[in-house]
Amino acid sequence: MKKIISGWTLIKIYTLLVYVWMFAPIIAVVILAFNPHQFGSFPMEGFSFKWFVKLSHNSSILAAFKNSLILGSLTAIFATAIGVPAAMAFIRYDFKGKDLINTLLIAPIMIPEVVLGVALLLFIRWLQQPKSFMLLLIGHVVLTLPYVLLIVQARLVGIRKEYEEAAMSLGASPFQTFREITFPLLAPAIFAGMLFSFTISFDDVTATLFWATAQNQTVPVKIFGMLRNSISPEINALGAVMIVLTVSTPLLAGFISRRFAKGKGK
Amino acid sequence: MKEKSLRPWLLLSPSLTAVFLLLVVPVCFVVVYSFWLRAPSGQDIPAFQLGNYAKFFADFFYPSIMLSTIRVAIETVFLCLVMGYIPAYFFYKTESKLKPFLMILVMLPFWISFIIRTLSWINILGDSGLINHVLMKMGFIHEPLAMLYNEGAVIMGLLQYLLPFMILNIYVSLDGIDKSLTEAAKSLGCTEWQAFKEITLPLSLPGVSAGCLLVFVLTCGTYLPPMILGGPGNEMIANLIFKRIIGTLDWPFGSAISTILMILLVIIVYTYNRYMGIGQIFKALSTD
Repeated sequence: MKKIISGWTLIKIYTLLVYVWMFAPIIAVVILAFNPHQFGSFPMEGFSFKWFVKLSHNSSILAAFKNSLILGSLTAIFATAIGVPAAMAFIRYDFKGKDLINTLLIAPIMIPEVVLGVALLLFIRWLQQPKSFMLLLIGHVVLTLPYVLLIVQARLVGIRKEYEEAAMSLGASPFQTFREITFPLLAPAIFAGMLFSFTISFDDVTATLFWATAQNQTVPVKIFGMLRNSISPEINALGAVMIVLTVSTPLLAGFISRRFAKGKGK
Repeated sequence: MKEKSLRPWLLLSPSLTAVFLLLVVPVCFVVVYSFWLRAPSGQDIPAFQLGNYAKFFADFFYPSIMLSTIRVAIETVFLCLVMGYIPAYFFYKTESKLKPFLMILVMLPFWISFIIRTLSWINILGDSGLINHVLMKMGFIHEPLAMLYNEGAVIMGLLQYLLPFMILNIYVSLDGIDKSLTEAAKSLGCTEWQAFKEITLPLSLPGVSAGCLLVFVLTCGTYLPPMILGGPGNEMIANLIFKRIIGTLDWPFGSAISTILMILLVIIVYTYNRYMGIGQIFKALSTD
C-alpha cells in the first residue's frame, strides 16, 4: 500500500500550525491597532493611524515611555558592568566553591518573580525607604544579571586562553590584556548581553508591578493599569509600538553586526 | 601567588555583593517576616509564631488554590510537551535553509512583553475576538462562545509564554545526539519510527525533563495570565501573594504564602537535581 502523506509532511504541518498558534494573537494586536472602530475588536472597519496619534498626545504614556527607556538603558549598563567581570572569574580562574557561587548568581532565574518582588519591597520597607526609581533599577539589575552572565560565559569559553597568555608573556598587565585582547573579542557578547537586559527590563511586568509607583511607571505597568477597563484600541496601538520596538532592536543589531563582520572579511 | 588567588574574588565581588544584598538577604527576610504578627495599626510586630501558616491551612480555601496551581502547572507542562516536541524534532531533522530564520522566530516571543502576549489572547478568544467573529460570520453560531475568563484561557496565556522554553530545551538535547547512531540503526534494519523510539527519544529525555521543570517552576510563580485571562475561580498562588501584599497590605501573611511557594519549588527543584542534575537547564538558556 502506498502512503498518501509521509510522517515528515505531518511533522512539517504540525510545526507550521504551532507557529500559526504562537503568532496569531501577536499579529492580531498589530492589525487591530489600525482599526478605527472604537472597541478595538474585529471586524476591521478601515485603516487609520488614529490611535497612534491619540497615544502621542497622551502625556502619561509618554512619561512612562521615557521612564522605561532610561530604566532599561541604566539596567543594561550596570548589569553588564558587574556581570562581565564575574563571567571572567568563572571561565578564567579556578577557585573554591565555584559551582556553588555560579548557581547562586544564576538563581534569580529560578526564583519566582513574585517572590523577588515581595522580598525586595519588604526589605526596602524594613529599611524605611520609600519606593523609588532606585528600587526599580536595583531590582532590574538583579533580574537581568543571570542572563548577562550566561551569554558572556558562553562566548568566553570560545575565546582561547592562549591569546591572553601571549599578551601577558609579552609584558602586558592584566588590565591591558583585557582592554586590548579580551574585550574586542568579547564585545559582541557584551553587546548581546546589554540588549537582552535592556529588553527584559523594558518588558518586565511581574516584579515591576510590586516596585513601581504612580510617579515611576513603566510602559508595561501603564498597560496593566489601562487593562482594568477591558481592552481598548489604544492598548493595541501601544502594544504594536512595543512589539515593533523590542523585536526590531535585536534584529537590527544582528543585521548591523553581520554587516560589520562582512566588511572586515573583505 | 597570593595576589593571583585573590583576583577571581575581586572580579566576583560586585555581582556577589549585589546578589547577596538584594536577593539572599531579602529572601531570608521574607521567611523571617512570615513569623511576625500583624497589628491592626499596620505596624507589624516581630514575633516567632506560626499563626500565619495556621491561617493558610485553617480551612480548605488556601490549600485548594495551591492544589489548583499545581494542577494548572501540570496541565501546562503536558501541553507544552505535546506542542513543543514535534517542532523541536523538526529543527533537529530539517536541512532547510530557513532553519536559522525559523529558530529566530521561535525565540522572538522572548523579546515581546509578557503583558502584551497575555492580553493578545483577548483579541482571539473574546466575545468579539477573531474566533467568535469568524464562526458567526460563517453562520455556525449566533451567540458568541464564552472562551475567556476560564482555566482554558489562562492555560493559553501560559503556553504562549512558556512554549519557547520547552522547544529550546528539547532542541538542545536533540542537537547533541550523534546522527550516525540512527543511521547505524537503520542500516541494521530498523524503520524510521523504531530508530526514533529506541534511540532518539531516550537520548532526548534530559532536555525534555529540563523543559518540564522550567515550565513547571515558571507556571507556579506567574500571576498575570490568571489575572488578565482568568475568572474569579482561576486564581493561582501568586495572585494570592499579590492581593495580600499590594491589596490588603498584610505583609506577614503575604510572606508566609511566599515562603510556602518557595518551599514547594525547592522540593521540586531539589528532587529534580537529585536525579537529573540542574546543569541541563543552563545549557539551553545560554544558546542565544
